Amino acid sequence: MAKIFIYPATSLILSDMVTRFGHTPLGSAIAIRERVQTPGLESAPLQITPEEPKKGLHWAAVEVPSGVRGRMALYGPMVEECDAAIIINNADLAFGCMGCARTNELLKFLIRQKDMPRLELEYPRTEDEGTQFVAAIKRFLVDLGGKK
Amino acid sequence: MTDYNPANVGTVTRYVVVESYNVTPSDVAIRAYEVAKSVMIKENCFGLVIMGAEVDVDRVIAEVRMMDPAHIFVKDRGFPPGDARRCRASLGGARPGFHGIEFEMGILPYISHALEELDTRDAATVPAPVQTLSAHRLDVYTLKKMIDAQEP
Repeated sequence: MAKIFIYPATSLILSDMVTRFGHTPLGSAIAIRERVQTPGLESAPLQITPEEPKKGLHWAAVEVPSGVRGRMALYGPMVEECDAAIIINNADLAFGCMGCARTNELLKFLIRQKDMPRLELEYPRTEDEGTQFVAAIKRFLVDLGGKK
Repeated sequence: MTDYNPANVGTVTRYVVVESYNVTPSDVAIRAYEVAKSVMIKENCFGLVIMGAEVDVDRVIAEVRMMDPAHIFVKDRGFPPGDARRCRASLGGARPGFHGIEFEMGILPYISHALEELDTRDAATVPAPVQTLSAHRLDVYTLKKMIDAQEP
């Protein structure tokens, strides 16, 4: 069972596909759950404390805005931990503020830099594209040792 | 700053999203309650939120998935069900994150169709998806042509 980083990190479809074909998805919920369940200082709503931008320095330089570094403190460890990644390009779902946009760019850059299997797709717009989309994910995950 | 003492430590929370024309979220909820030993289940408009020990949650999900495997989808959630920091009852408006699910629910029928098709067809025989990334973006040469074509 491999750990697959999914992008968009909140994607229901990718999270489901990865679980369905026998692997573990790594997405936002895992990192948020870890913070929500860890005792410390109250920092609602996401329990992101001033410590996170400091941790983010591991992946982004000090002149990079703290919003990007704080987000990288969530995603960075998962990118390092993952064995493979699936990216959906041009996802409207990943749209957000400038902090999200820059984090997304850095995230995709880090995934592409890492020497690991990677699948890049776009959301399907027809049934035929849907079949190609799911078949591509299935082939990718089965090649990584997943369920057939 | 005040101390933060989390509740439900060691549990996992998962969404079960139902996009089916045979099974409704309430059917899935009834089935989930039947096998719900030691998990918390919350029913909502698009499916369920299930919280508990990972083994128990996975067991309940495996049971409800059998009702309509190609039309029931699952994803992780960071917060427990009804958490005041996320629940729309205390915030008003849609819960942050609902819009993502709402967007993907428009695509789920294609995914369900594909899952049903791939039950009877080998994935290796399906051609790779066409990458249309370049088609969406204006390349620099076209932009230069457009700039040059401008009337002074």
